[in-house]
Parts: sequence; C-alpha cells; structure tokens
Amino acid sequence: MRANLRNVTGAIRAKRANVVGEMPHWEQLRDLGAALKDDTLADLPDRLLQLERSVQARGGQVHWARDAREARDLVALIAEQHAVTELIKVKSITSDEIELNLALEERGIHAVETDLAELIVQLSKDSPSHILVPAIHRNRAEIQELFNTELPGEGQLSDDPAALAGAARRYLRQKFLTTKMAVSGVNFAVAETGTVCVVESEGNGRMCVTLPEVLVSIMGIEKVLEKVEDLSVFMELLPRSSTAERMNPYNSFWTGVTPGDGPQEFHLILLDNGRTNVLADEFGRQTLRCIRCSACLNVCPVYERAGGHAYGSVYPGPIGAILTPQLLGMYDKNANTLPGASSLCGACYDVCPVKINIPQVLIYLRSEANVQKGLTAEALAMKGMKFVMAEGWRFEGALKLARVGQGPLVRGDAITSLPGLLGGWTQSRDLQPLPKEGFREWWKRRGQEPAAASGEADTSSESKERV
Amino acid sequence: MHIDLFLTCVNDALFPQTGQATVRLLERLGHTVGFNPRQTCCGQMHLNTGYRDDALDLARKFVGDFRDAEVVVMPSGSCAAMVRELYPQAAQWAGDEALLREMEALAPRVFELSEFLVNRLGVTDVGAYYPHRVTYHPTCHAMRGLRVGDAPLRLLRQVRGMTLLELAGAEECCGFGGTFAVKNPDVSAAMLTDKTRHILDTGAEACTAGDNSCLLHIGGGLSRLRSGTRTVHLAEILASTEQEVYA
Ligand code: SF4
Repeated sequence: MRANLRNVTGAIRAKRANVVGEMPHWEQLRDLGAALKDDTLADLPDRLLQLERSVQARGGQVHWARDAREARDLVALIAEQHAVTELIKVKSITSDEIELNLALEERGIHAVETDLAELIVQLSKDSPSHILVPAIHRNRAEIQELFNTELPGEGQLSDDPAALAGAARRYLRQKFLTTKMAVSGVNFAVAETGTVCVVESEGNGRMCVTLPEVLVSIMGIEKVLEKVEDLSVFMELLPRSSTAERMNPYNSFWTGVTPGDGPQEFHLILLDNGRTNVLADEFGRQTLRCIRCSACLNVCPVYERAGGHAYGSVYPGPIGAILTPQLLGMYDKNANTLPGASSLCGACYDVCPVKINIPQVLIYLRSEANVQKGLTAEALAMKGMKFVMAEGWRFEGALKLARVGQGPLVRGDAITSLPGLLGGWTQSRDLQPLPKEGFREWWKRRGQEPAAASGEADTSSESKERV
Repeated sequence: MHIDLFLTCVNDALFPQTGQATVRLLERLGHTVGFNPRQTCCGQMHLNTGYRDDALDLARKFVGDFRDAEVVVMPSGSCAAMVRELYPQAAQWAGDEALLREMEALAPRVFELSEFLVNRLGVTDVGAYYPHRVTYHPTCHAMRGLRVGDAPLRLLRQVRGMTLLELAGAEECCGFGGTFAVKNPDVSAAMLTDKTRHILDTGAEACTAGDNSCLLHIGGGLSRLRSGTRTVHLAEILASTEQEVYA
C-alpha cells in the first residue's frame, strides 16, 4: 500500500510542479483565489441567500440542512417522492461526510457510485482513502477479483486494465440510461447566477447531471462563489493543483432546469454540518477556502507513509487534520488527535492553491485540543520545562543536573534507550549524551581569561574529538 | 556590528561547539558578539505541541532579553522562524496587542545565521576551509518558514577543500518535527529512514544543516545504523579554517 501511495503521489507531485511551473503568475493567482474565497466567506449568509434566489428563479429548489441527518433525510425524501429504489452518484466527498450511501441503503435505496475508483471502493465495501484517487490503496489483482465476483454478466476478466475499465464502463452505461435520479457533489456554485459546477476526469459526472430526470446536488455552504468571473480563477487553480492537468477533461455547469433538456427537477442542498462554527473562528476560518484539490495530500510526507485510512477521518491528509476536528468540534476524541499527526514541515502550505496556512492552523488547533484535554502528564511536563526555562540560571542548573543524571543511560557514546514519554525517540534513533562542558561554561571561562586564545585552544581539542 | 547571539536551548544543552563556532565565525568577520546569560528557549516546542500560554511566557521572556539588541543571530532556522513568524501570530491568537507590537518591532532584527551572513552582511565567502565530502539538508523551517533560499548553499560553495554532494529528496522533511518524533515514532522513523538512505547514497562523510534539532534526529538515525557518516552544523564548517578545523 505504501508503495502504491508513493508511486501515485510522487507522480502527481512531479506533474503538478510542471504545470504550475508554466504559469508565470501562479503566486498572484493563489493570492487572488484566497482573497476571493475570503471575501465570500465574510458575507457568507448574504451570498447563500443570493444563491438560493438565483437557483429558484431558474426553476431549481433549494434546501438547507443543518447537519448530516437533515441532509440525508432530504435526499431520501426526494427519492421516496419519486419512488426511486436505485440512484446513481457522482463522486462526492460531501456525501461521504454525511454517510449518505449507508443511510439510503437502510431505507431501501441503493446508491451506485459511477466514478471508477469509487465504484471499486463501493463494491469492495471499503471506504475511500484519497480525495482524488479513492482506491489508491487497491492493486490491479484485487480489482480483477472484485469485478469477477461483483459484476455479473461479464464472464471471467483478465487483469488487463483496459478490460477491467471496459467491464466497468458497460456496467455503468446501463445504469446511466435506466436510472431516474442522480446525486452529485458541487465544486462551485455561483451566487449571482445560480450556476452549479462539477469538474471531473471520467465523464461519468457529466452523464449523471444530464441523463436522469431528477438531480440532487449537495454542497457544503463554503462552496459558493460570488460571480461567474470568479470561476475563471478557480478553473486554473483547481485542475493544476489537483490532477496536474491544465484543464479538467469534463467541466459541467448547469443553472436551474431547462425544459426538455437535462434533469427536469433540480434540488440543491446547502449543508452546514459544523461549518458555521468554523466560520465563527477568525483564524480557523481559512480552512473553508479549501477547494478539495488534494495537492496537500500528495506532498505530505506523513500521508505518504500512513495512508488515508490512518487518519480515521472522511477528509484525509493535511486538510483533514484541520477540517475534521473543526467540523466535529475539538472535544471529539478521535478528531482532536488529528492535528498532532504532522511534523509541521509546511509542504502542504506551499502547494495549497488558496494558501491555507495548514501548519499554523495545526499549531492553533493543537492548543485548542489541549485546552479540552485538561492537565495531562504532557501538560505538566511542559509546565515543568517552562519553569526551568523561565530563568537562565535555572536552565544552567538543570543542565548540570542532567549531565550527572544521564550517567546510567549512556552506552558507549550514545543513549540508546530512553524511559517513559521519550521512549518513542530511541525506538529507531540514538541520542547523543550531554557534553562535558556546556556553552555557558565555555563563555564564562572565555570571558575570565585574557583574549580569545585560551578558549580557542581548549575547545578545539574537544571539537576535534568528534571528527 | 554588535551581534547578540541567541544560542537556542538545544545548542546550549547538546551542541556547545555550534555556539562556539558561531562566535568565532562572527568575530573573524570583524564583529563583536554578546551572549546574554538570561536567555533560555524560544518556546517552539511548547507552541508546536499546543501549549500556547506556556510558549507565550517564553516569548515574552525572549522579547525582554533581546528588546535592545541591534541584531539577534541564531544558529537555528526553526527558532528564527518561531521568533519571526510565529511569535506575532501567537500574540494575535492571545489578543495581546502590546506584545504583538513589540514582537513586530523586534522581528526584522532577528536572523538565522546563513541568511544573516548572505542577505544582511552580503558575504558568501567567509574564508572557511573544510577538507571533507559533505551533503546539505535544507531544513523545513529554514526553507519554508524563513525562505532562506540558497543562502546556505552559497556559503558552502565557497568553502575551500570541501566537496559538496547533492542530496536526493533534499526538500523532504527528515521526520523530526519536535515532539512529533516521540508521539508518532513509526511515521517519523519511516521518514528518517528515507532521509538517512539518501544521505548514505551520496557517499558523504558528513551531512550538514542549519539546525541542530534536525541534525540531532538525522544523526541519531545515522548513529543507530552504525554508518560512520556524521552530522555537523553549518556554523562549524564555516568557522573552520586551515589553522583549525572545528568539527
Ligand atoms: S487544503 Fe489546499 S491543497 Fe489541500 S485540498 Fe484544500 S485547497 Fe487543496
């Protein structure tokens, strides 16, 4: 799995660097993207009301969902009104967030994923592990076996990717042509016109938003943009950051309903599910700029090694580590550990097309989480350390003590095993012992003796020992 | 120029030779160096681990200790990034306007060693001599936090007698991340393994960087592998001359 991840994320990473490199104004574009999002977020209630009016004016219907349950119920209700027992879906992480498929299944409605990778994930009763490449953790042989058992009427398939893709395509085409209702996510929605947009690579989304009679699109409330022109900025930023393409192969836009063309009933569900809380936090708010491009996942060294499922959150990787705990609230025991899973290397911030300062938000959230956790052993250790560090002389004294105390731990010229909280360090690393003379002592000694020469002679011998 | 040295707690405790090298180097370049013995730690570990109030106490102490300095130089990219980038942010989070103003006034006078030499003093040839094969690891906070760019490399390229070897995957984090290395030891170790493998592939005798906390991590990994390749802080290479090799 780790090898799959490294190959795929590595390839996307290199390609992304290329297509970004050919844009001379990439930095300005990022700034513009961030500013447009910030402006919209600042007036979010107004923008959403405007969006509602625009969609209604063009014959669409708008629903507001406070949380996941309300959103699920809305979809189920619409399906029931049309007596639908099977619907098709475009890959949508928002619908994963509200656990839509499971909820529909419980009410006797089967949702068929039409994105190839999502289909694989669904058939294998798994959950996606990457925003963009949800089945990144599956290999070809596994997929062959899966299709042979799950896709009836295809006979025995070889592990040839083209044959596998062909089987999936035939299966899906049948669904596109016979299913009455579709559910999609939303990449952007324009308040000014009520235009909704889905961008994708395979064309299955285009089928879903054009062929069925009834279309339900679910969007997090942060996906709204003010004007149509704003789209032009994000249509540059998103594909380059996401699939490392200059443009997505399929960009579908629709506005309300058009008699005789496309779905004749269009529902837009505006999902809050914790977003207004994020919005209320002045610093954390930048998280809502996210356009789900997944660039941050592809550069993250932690994600590369741990994989998407390791986060235990719908949104994996760096963005998940800041978005999930904010959506769920910092008291959630699983979510509030997520911000800790980062070395704060900052690679995610550098690639983020809307300049979310993920490392700083992580640091910010770690403090919020610690406040919730109260006085832990770690908190006490930190307090103790701060007490020592509050005065130079205390620190000096502590170092002297430690020099004596480390004695039993030193083996040869290294410490190879540490007790307690610090044991994680020596699992795979040595620690060098404290030196015989600290800098302070050297500095003092140097100051007492005439000129610098004495100090030079003394320490060069000590330093040379290390060569 | 009179330069105030902020040594950083890691160097104070574990790497006195880096502090000594920094002092010698700056003096050799004709400056006077001061060391305020009240100094301790910038509070980076506290802030990054999520103890904002504790970190702010240490930040206030730093501002108090160095308020009057002409310039403050530190042989650590992550501590310089902490002071310059994160102090103001943390003050904002705490809503402490007065502190924020003080920090913003101090920040432009705070430098990591290599950026101080190259960007502020305008020197790249510091007259160093270091007859070894060396590879350079750009640390995350210096590279992405401070944007020191190629300042360290420009200094290293001028070192006489030294062979500078290119490191594959140089810009990838070594997996240290402060308490991350202790709290997520497996992922951290996986990142470290890649880093040490790339270092050993260069055939270098030593790996250098501008931050001893990362080098502590990388050096700990190299030591566990019994590789014989060591780590050495940039300052120690730059301080070395034909008369005396410091590291
Ligand atoms: S946080 Fe930034 S880089 Fe990550 S998915 Fe969102 S927009 Fe993309």
